[in-house]
Amino acid sequence: MNKVLESADIAVNDIADGATLMIGGFGLCGVPDDLIEALVRKCPKHLSTIANNMGVDGRAMGLMLTAGMVDSHTGSYVGENKLLESMVLQGQLKLTLLPQGTLAESIRAGGAGIPAYFTPAGVGTMVAEGKEVREFGGRQYLMERALTADFALVKAWKGDRLGNLVYRKTARNFNPMMATAARITIAEVEELVEPGELDGDQIMTPGVYVKRMIVAQPREKVIERRTSRKRAT
Amino acid sequence: MDVREIIARRAAKEMRDGYYVNLGIGIPTMVSNYVPEDMEVTLQSENGMLGVGPYPWEGDEDGDLINAGKETVTEVQGTSFFSSADSFAMIRGGHIDLSILGAMEVDKDGNLANWMVPGKMVKGMGGAMDLVASAKHLIVAMEHTTRDGQPKILNHCSLPLTGLRVVNTIITELAVIRVTPEGLRLEELMPGVTAEHVQSLTQPRLIFPPGFGAKLQ
Repeated sequence: MNKVLESADIAVNDIADGATLMIGGFGLCGVPDDLIEALVRKCPKHLSTIANNMGVDGRAMGLMLTAGMVDSHTGSYVGENKLLESMVLQGQLKLTLLPQGTLAESIRAGGAGIPAYFTPAGVGTMVAEGKEVREFGGRQYLMERALTADFALVKAWKGDRLGNLVYRKTARNFNPMMATAARITIAEVEELVEPGELDGDQIMTPGVYVKRMIVAQPREKVIERRTSRKRAT
Repeated sequence: MDVREIIARRAAKEMRDGYYVNLGIGIPTMVSNYVPEDMEVTLQSENGMLGVGPYPWEGDEDGDLINAGKETVTEVQGTSFFSSADSFAMIRGGHIDLSILGAMEVDKDGNLANWMVPGKMVKGMGGAMDLVASAKHLIVAMEHTTRDGQPKILNHCSLPLTGLRVVNTIITELAVIRVTPEGLRLEELMPGVTAEHVQSLTQPRLIFPPGFGAKLQ
């Protein structure tokens, strides 16, 4: 079995107009940049995207906005994107905001075959509008529905050709759940290793969830907010 | 002392040895600077990290190692990483002892508004709604009034809510106020601040414990 494809362009070639896509990452951390850039080259339109953020202007998913590929987006925080702001205000893009834990759990549920679940997040707020509220143990909870997608584009640190994945530090974020919740999951890995090199106890996404893989082009990791301490001299 | 520093220093006194704590962006993040050195407090960041260390030394920044404010941070001994689903399971499941957040408005029932202003662009709530709905103890650490000097502690929040009846404690540069079933109880005044002054900048009538000596009409 070998899930590794030659290029990101081949990996995204069948993503067509109107597809629903999950894209991993938190801010610019743990984002499948090569796959996004290949998708922008192919440029399918009328996409529905599910991702915590929407990149920043001119970077990551921000590139998809510039190319006019996205009709609707579901996420939890989109504060770093002026283009998205103007598109939402002009009615060019339908934005659905969910509490971040609800977004994560809805994707997890989608991958685990659970159609809906109850959470306390958002009770009594705008998020509750149109949703069933039920009381358990004297407390109110909202019914939230699972999320699934046609494709998930995820970013991992190491992977083998069987599709087993390991993530690095906080670049894990939404990637493992998204890998489980799409019909076709495409993983972009920084380093391809031989089957057996990854310790089975440490594998975070078992290969069954991953249909295709590519090896990322070497690139410097972008830091959104560089914060540091000055060294004593 | 800077107003924000006064608030952060006082909020740090709410920490207890062994606590697992989630800190929001802004003043809440500053609270970690004032935790006593002999106290072991573990910081959780909702993007998937337990055991958040200080900012890295210049040149050591790692793009894969950030906090929920997208700032580069470091690990401590025993740091663990996990997915966003696991992170919010930790929060929703009540495993985080204390959450400290900023606010635009808080009201006498402990309702909190801190995520959107109608008419302005909606940026999104991020993890705030999950955190406030599930924290075992929620502290709002904020300046007592708006930039125009208007009260932020109100009878009823006017902005869209982040959470319903969720706030336990309000810490400002003027006072510490506890949310109780009877109403807002003034618990502590910052040095040099009078109860009358706090009340004049707070919309709901405060409950004064015996000894504060405030006589308000």
